[in-house]
Amino acid sequence: MNDLYIILTATLVSASCALLGCFLILRRMAMVGDAISHAVLPGIVIAFLLSGSRDSVTMLLGAGIIGMFTTFLIEFFHKKARLQTDASIGVTFTWLFAIGVVMISLFAGKVDLDQDCVLYGEIAYVPLDVIITQGGVNIGPKALYVSGIILLVTLLFIFLAYRKLFLTTFDPAFASAIGISTTLWHYALMGAVSMTTVASFESVGAILVVALLIAPAATAYLLTDNFKTMLGLACLAGTISSITGYYLAVWLDGSIAGAIATMSGMLFGIAMIFSPAHGLFFRKIKAEAH
Amino acid sequence: MNTALEIHDLTVAFDRKPVLWNIDLTIPQGKLVGIVGPNGAGKSTLIKAAMGILPLSSGYVKLYDQPLEHVRERVSYVPQRESVDWDFPASVMDVVLMGRYAKLGLFKRPRKADKDVAMDCLKKVGMEGFINRQISQLSGGQQQRTFLARALAQQADLYFMDEPFAGVDAATEKAIVTLLREMTNQNKTVIVVHHDLQSVSQYFDWIVMLNTRLVASGPTETTFTSENLEATYGGKLTLLTDVADLMRREDYPSREENVFKP
Repeated sequence: MNDLYIILTATLVSASCALLGCFLILRRMAMVGDAISHAVLPGIVIAFLLSGSRDSVTMLLGAGIIGMFTTFLIEFFHKKARLQTDASIGVTFTWLFAIGVVMISLFAGKVDLDQDCVLYGEIAYVPLDVIITQGGVNIGPKALYVSGIILLVTLLFIFLAYRKLFLTTFDPAFASAIGISTTLWHYALMGAVSMTTVASFESVGAILVVALLIAPAATAYLLTDNFKTMLGLACLAGTISSITGYYLAVWLDGSIAGAIATMSGMLFGIAMIFSPAHGLFFRKIKAEAH
Repeated sequence: MNTALEIHDLTVAFDRKPVLWNIDLTIPQGKLVGIVGPNGAGKSTLIKAAMGILPLSSGYVKLYDQPLEHVRERVSYVPQRESVDWDFPASVMDVVLMGRYAKLGLFKRPRKADKDVAMDCLKKVGMEGFINRQISQLSGGQQQRTFLARALAQQADLYFMDEPFAGVDAATEKAIVTLLREMTNQNKTVIVVHHDLQSVSQYFDWIVMLNTRLVASGPTETTFTSENLEATYGGKLTLLTDVADLMRREDYPSREENVFKP
């Protein structure tokens, strides 16, 4: 049962990440997830200091606010200071993360927090943190519910805003010409990424979230020329990574998050070589046939 | 005559450096309009400002005597072809359907009627055989025609086009001009950023000559003169040959067909 809980949680997280990742890589903003997952550290510390509790809702709120602030800063440095996007991402998140580290070291006595527990949530512990109803019934791990809700919200968001997101990603100038606000949809998407990142890294760890935001979407990008198919394939790549990654970890008796991230990288490598349209292998065969 | 576009006292600046300065012009309805000027003259900026994509430092733009927000549905914009990533996972049909998005409600999906319009527009630009083609597999001319079909799908009355002839072969350019001409015959107004001075008098009824400031705006026959060209391009050496060409051609009637062989 524990196996199933872990695999299921990883799959749900990977699906949300994969869907949002497709938009991120096409907007050339793949590293935003990385930035958010690190930059939220001060938000978590502040939320903890203010509320004095480690309950998830407070933490999520603090992290979510700082997550949005991060995307705002990135955009601000890029637009107003005319800094390149990558430099602007780099400056923003290292700075915010550093503030978080300083805060933790300052309040270390009062705070039962450290970088490790914030950054590297451990997916192996998912089955331990269960929800027990008032009647005393164990209804399964909390992370499972959190990631399920996040996936539902993400799906709803993409379903409702699909064309706006598609258009503002492909051709922002045309989008604003027909009266669609590119800024609004940028922040809506960043809000979704922020929410997903923050909600997921508590249970599965920041590194895995970053890997799942990029690798499955990049894999799908290599495999298809249709955006809707790309969304589906990205989810599939995320799911396969979660399942195979879990068993790889069991077999090696190693870190589950690490193994899942490894598998997502392996899938990317396979797609890179064997993609029917763009793969190195078929390209070589075609070149020789000519 | 009805006015399609009125620009008054328009100034646009980047980092406090004016790119467009004090532009005042009106363009009548039903004309095929060319905007010419050297690189950095603010040609693209002018149509982006008119479409509300860039903030104005001063002045106003009126389309059909109204602010843009009231008539957005009647106005269409074709960005420069290089402004988008053609490796994007989308088909020709996906792109053309974008022209229908403004007409769709916020959360409505395109219906069959929208697809029919898109198909119709693809036929007009001769791209009906490429509906499901991935956009990265198109040639430059086909990409341009896809963009044009998307603009047509908006069923607008006023079209702004940013260099629709860039990277397009002679046959496609001719086909596009014929199409634009048909549109203006239906009293639609088409405003085109253009680079090739040779074809100006052949293509356009109305010309806007721009170099940060407005040099001239008026009917091509009376406005596209060597004096105005000189004022627009200054003494730039590379252009002297073009100007010489033009002066040589002034002996010929400029609007009759088949006078110039491409």
